[in-house]
Amino acid sequence: MFELRYLPNVVTLKLDSDKCIGCGMCAEVCPHAVFTLENKRARIADRDACMECGACAKNCIAGAVSVKSGVGCAAAVIRGIVGGGEPTCGCSSTPAN
Amino acid sequence: MKQTTAKESVGRPPEGQQPEPPLEDKPTCGCGQSPSKTKAAVHNDAPRIEGVIRTEAGTVPRVKTELDLIDHLGAWRARWGIRRMSYSVQPGLYAVGNPTPQSLVLVSANYKLSFDRLRSNLSGRDAWIMALDTKGINVWCAAGKGTFGTDEIVHRLETVGLKDTVSHRKLVLPQLAAPGVSAHEVKRRTGFSVVYGPVRAEDLPAFLDAGMRATAETRLIRFTLYDRLVLIPVELTNWLLYVAIIAAAMFILSGVGPGIFSFGRVVDAGPLTVSLFLGAFLTGTVAVPILLPYLPGRSFSLKGASAGLLFVSAMQLYAWQHGGLFDGRLSVAAWFLLAPAVASFVGMNFTGSSTYTSLSGVLREMRVAVPIQTVCAVLGLGLWLVGRFI
Ligand code: SF4
Ligand code: SF4
Repeated sequence: MFELRYLPNVVTLKLDSDKCIGCGMCAEVCPHAVFTLENKRARIADRDACMECGACAKNCIAGAVSVKSGVGCAAAVIRGIVGGGEPTCGCSSTPAN
Repeated sequence: MKQTTAKESVGRPPEGQQPEPPLEDKPTCGCGQSPSKTKAAVHNDAPRIEGVIRTEAGTVPRVKTELDLIDHLGAWRARWGIRRMSYSVQPGLYAVGNPTPQSLVLVSANYKLSFDRLRSNLSGRDAWIMALDTKGINVWCAAGKGTFGTDEIVHRLETVGLKDTVSHRKLVLPQLAAPGVSAHEVKRRTGFSVVYGPVRAEDLPAFLDAGMRATAETRLIRFTLYDRLVLIPVELTNWLLYVAIIAAAMFILSGVGPGIFSFGRVVDAGPLTVSLFLGAFLTGTVAVPILLPYLPGRSFSLKGASAGLLFVSAMQLYAWQHGGLFDGRLSVAAWFLLAPAVASFVGMNFTGSSTYTSLSGVLREMRVAVPIQTVCAVLGLGLWLVGRFI
């Protein structure tokens, strides 16, 4: 009920099923269980859970996944606007590892 | 390959490695200083070395799997953001237990917290740890920046001579490194295949015992109350300077009123003004992370605004009963605009620490929230100043 979900219908994640060879790598690296494997093909099961980390696209050998990856960090966006250029983030404060 | 363990040699960095020059300073990082501002070459936080392992490729220092007091103190210090960016270990190869050429190779960032978490979950095992040069940044952030990336793995493999040290061709990486690493690229360029371990190092023993298979649960990144709590100190540290400047300005502005300015009024109203501002700030930095799942809305700016509204309503309730908190009706109205604006802005910045916000989402929420926050802050400040003359 009190699940942490971010804004719906915004992410840039795309899957080209025709290119997919069903290796399952995208599902393995995704920390939000966005992909499932059905009939030896990847399927986006929970698009809105995607945080655009880019792990799936980077590890898809078939180039079937694309996502405009970046760090969802407001401070970085502000700095990007103030200093010019892409919003990037040093974010040395995330909890896991 | 023959190996001997020599206990006499202590604390030597892995052979064949020079400290690398710090990266160019780029004004990019949103959360904390850029690592290059601190001396990146200082690795005085190295874990206690207990002897060395001799291999075909040279000697490899052996690290303990128990964390000692110094490690725990260092972790605490890093949590508060004190010298956080120089909390690193020397990149290179390390041994745990008595590894052989058949033993596993686990890849780590050279942020000491990441490294410590890894080694402390390897007790009773024989393994190699290859610490990459991630400029002292943790796995997830370094992967996002690309310093925990394919190139660095390829480079580090060669520098430490891993091909001569181990007979197999397999690397175990933390799953959170995947945004920076392309497993098939590593395989193509080095012959080493990449296996992604679980998200958390705590789940590593179970993963290894299960024949390197991660359960679905251990593949998920969480954002528990504890995860959020440990982020609060560093959030506070990051804001410190801005908050001090604004608090000082508001303290002085408290003296504004009929007759333009009076020091008596500063003394009278200053502390209260600063307290209300700090209250709103702490609502954004402390209450928002703690109450995150329970605050309404999905966008962090909305969650922050509601928390700020809650805070100022509580203050108003208190003022009704005891009086004295706000000077006049305009001041009440002013704080009903200011507190939500401050908490909303600060809360919005917590997106940078969260483990589930996408850049597209942050951009969308900022497009709406920042103009509203600005209007509320300007209007609130105006009302507050005008209110001082009435
Ligand atoms: S990683 Fe690519 S090829 Fe493999 S299952 Fe996913 S989409 Fe298909
Ligand atoms: S970008 Fe990250 S969160 Fe989104 S689907 Fe890919 S791996 Fe999952």
